[in-house]
Amino acid sequence: MAEKVIYAMYDDDDVLKDGAKMLVAKGVKVSEVFSPFPIHGIDPIIGVKNTRLGIAAFLFGITGTFLATYGMRFFMITDWPINIGGKPNGTYLENMLAFIPVTFEFTVLCAAHGMAITYLLRNKMVPGMPAQNPDPRTTDDKFVIELRASENAQFSVDELLSMLKQTGIIEIDQKEIN
Amino acid sequence: MHKEAAIREPLVLGHKSYHDVTEDVCKPIEDKAPRMWYILFGIALVIGLYGVGCIAYLLGTGIGVWGLNKTVGWAWDITNFVWWVGIGHAGTLISAVLLLFRQKWRMAINRSAEAMTIFAVFMAGTFPLIHMGRLWLGYWVLPLPNQFGSLWVNFNSPLLWDVFAISTYLSVSLIFWYIGLIPDFATIRDRAKRPIPKKMYSILSFGWSGRAKHWNRFELVSLVLAGVATPLVFSVHSIVSFDFATSVIPGWHTTIFPPYFVAGAVFSGFAMVQTLMLVMRKAMGLEAYIHVKHVEYMNIVIMVTGSIVGVAYLTELFVSWYSGVEYEQYAFINRATGPYWWAYASMMTCNVVSPQLMWFKKLRRSLMFTFIISIVVNIGMWFERYVIIVTSLHRDYLPSSWTMHFPSHIDIGVYVGTIGLFFVFFLLFARFFPVLALNEVKTILKSSGESYKNAPDHGHHAHGHASHDDHTEENTNSNNQ
Repeated sequence: MAEKVIYAMYDDDDVLKDGAKMLVAKGVKVSEVFSPFPIHGIDPIIGVKNTRLGIAAFLFGITGTFLATYGMRFFMITDWPINIGGKPNGTYLENMLAFIPVTFEFTVLCAAHGMAITYLLRNKMVPGMPAQNPDPRTTDDKFVIELRASENAQFSVDELLSMLKQTGIIEIDQKEIN
Repeated sequence: MHKEAAIREPLVLGHKSYHDVTEDVCKPIEDKAPRMWYILFGIALVIGLYGVGCIAYLLGTGIGVWGLNKTVGWAWDITNFVWWVGIGHAGTLISAVLLLFRQKWRMAINRSAEAMTIFAVFMAGTFPLIHMGRLWLGYWVLPLPNQFGSLWVNFNSPLLWDVFAISTYLSVSLIFWYIGLIPDFATIRDRAKRPIPKKMYSILSFGWSGRAKHWNRFELVSLVLAGVATPLVFSVHSIVSFDFATSVIPGWHTTIFPPYFVAGAVFSGFAMVQTLMLVMRKAMGLEAYIHVKHVEYMNIVIMVTGSIVGVAYLTELFVSWYSGVEYEQYAFINRATGPYWWAYASMMTCNVVSPQLMWFKKLRRSLMFTFIISIVVNIGMWFERYVIIVTSLHRDYLPSSWTMHFPSHIDIGVYVGTIGLFFVFFLLFARFFPVLALNEVKTILKSSGESYKNAPDHGHHAHGHASHDDHTEENTNSNNQ
C-alpha cells in the first residue's frame, strides 16, 4: 500500500532540533531525521533508543579471549608442548604470562571486527547499496525531517504541513512510497 | 551545545559554513589533479618500483644480497621495520586517544594521519615478510595445522606476538579509518556528476543514509573502537620492543624498552604527520582547517615525547653503569664512543636536542622550522633503531668475530623503495579520498569555528548563514578578546 511521506528540509541543525521538539510536543511522531553529521541531542527528542552495539562488542571481545585461551592451551600445552630452555610448560597457568599478549590482541581483533561487521549489517550497509538518503543535499549542509502519514493518523496531511511550516523549514516535499 | 572559551584559538579559520567545508574538501578530488601531483606521483612511483625490483632480486637470490654477516645478523631490515611501525603510531593515537580525551583539534588531521598509519604499517610488514626469503610461505606464521606433524607456531616467542600485534593493529586501524570514511564518501557520492566516479563512490559509501539512528550507532562504534584501539596503540610497540628486550644481548635486554619505544614511536609518528600535513594543507588549500594552532599542538606532543625519549637514553646509560655488569657497560661505552659514535651522536642531536627547541613559542609556531624539525626527528629515529640494533650486535662476546655492518645497494634500494611506495599510496589517497573528516569537522564548526565562536550570541538561528555575516562586526569582535 502506498504511503504518504513528508520531507521537511532545514539548513541548520539547531533549527531542526527546535522544530522537532515543537512537533513532538504537539504529539507528532517524527519517523526519521537525515543529517550530514550527528546532531547531538536529537535522539531523545525523536525517540531514537541508544544502540546496543557496545554490548555486542563486549560479547565479541569475550569470545576472542576465550578462543585465544583455549587455542593456546591446546597448541602449547595439550597437543605439542615445546621445551624452551627448560621453562615450565606442564600446565596453562605455568605458561600463562607468555600468552597474555596474544590473548589481548585477539580479544581486540574479535571485538573490533565483530562490532564493525554488526554495525554494517544493522545499518544495511554493504558495498554497492543504493543511497538511502531522500535528498543528495543531506550529506552536504541540509537536514531533513521525515514524517509518515500512517504514523500520524490523528492529523491530516494539511495539518502536518502547516505545523512544519512554523518550524523554519526551507523546503517541503511529499512522496508516495510503497 | 558545548561552548568554548573565547580566548581559545578557533580551530576553523574564516567564515566557513557547512557547505564551505564540503566544498573545500571535495574540490581537490573533483577537479583535475594539478601538474605537481603528477610530478610527485611519477617520482614516487619510480622510486617505489626500484624498491620492488630490489625486493624481486632479493627473493630470487636470497638474503645474502643484504649486507648482513655472521656477527650482525639483523640490521637494516629490522631497523626499517621498527622505524615504519613507529611512524605508524601517530594515526591511531590521534584518532583514538585524542577522541577519548575529546580533543577537537584531532578532527582536522585524523583522516590523513590514519591513512599515513596504514600505509606505514604496510611498509613495515614488508620487511619481516621478505626477510623470510620465501615470501609465498608467509602464511606459516599463522597457527595452521600443517603436513609436518602438528608442531604449532611458538606462542612463547615475541616474534609471534608481533605477528598478532601488527596484523591486529593494521586491520583495526583500517576498519576504524573506513568507518569514518563512509559518511564522507557518501558526501562525494551525492555531489558526483560524472557516472564513473558516482558509481565508484556509491560502492565505497555502502549506501550511507545519515539517519539519526545510524549516526547514533556511528558515534558509539567510533567511541568503542577508540577504546579498544587505545591499548592497542601502546601494546604494538611494546611488543615490538619485546623482540629485543626478551633477548640476552647486552644493550637489548632492558626493562625500559616498552615505554621508551612507545614514546619514540609517537615522537616519530607525529613528526611524519607534520611533514605530510604541512605540504598537504598548502597543496590542497586546507590552511583554514589545519593551521598554526594544530601544528603547535602537534609540536607540543613532539616535545613531550622527545623529552621522554631523552630521559630514557640517559636512564639507559645510568642503569648500564649502575648494573655493574661489564658487558652491559661496554655495550653502552661502545655505542657512544666506538666506531658507530657518529650514529649515536646523530641520534642524540636529532632526538634529544632538536625537540627541546619547541619550548620557544616562536619556533613551535613557525611552519618552516616545524617542517625541518619533523624531518630531522625522523632521521634521528631511524638512527636510534640502527644504533640499538647494530651497535649491540657488531661487537659480541667473542672479539675475534667483531666486525662492522655495511649496507649493500639492495639494503638501500629496498629501504628507499618503501619510502617511494609509501608516497605512492599517500598521493593516491590525497587524490581520491576526502583528506579531512569533513562531516566531523562540521560538528565542531559552531563551537570552534572562527565566525561562530566569536559572533555575538543573538540566537543560533542567525549562525546558519555565517558566510553572510558582516565582516566588520566580526573584526571588532576578534579585537575585543
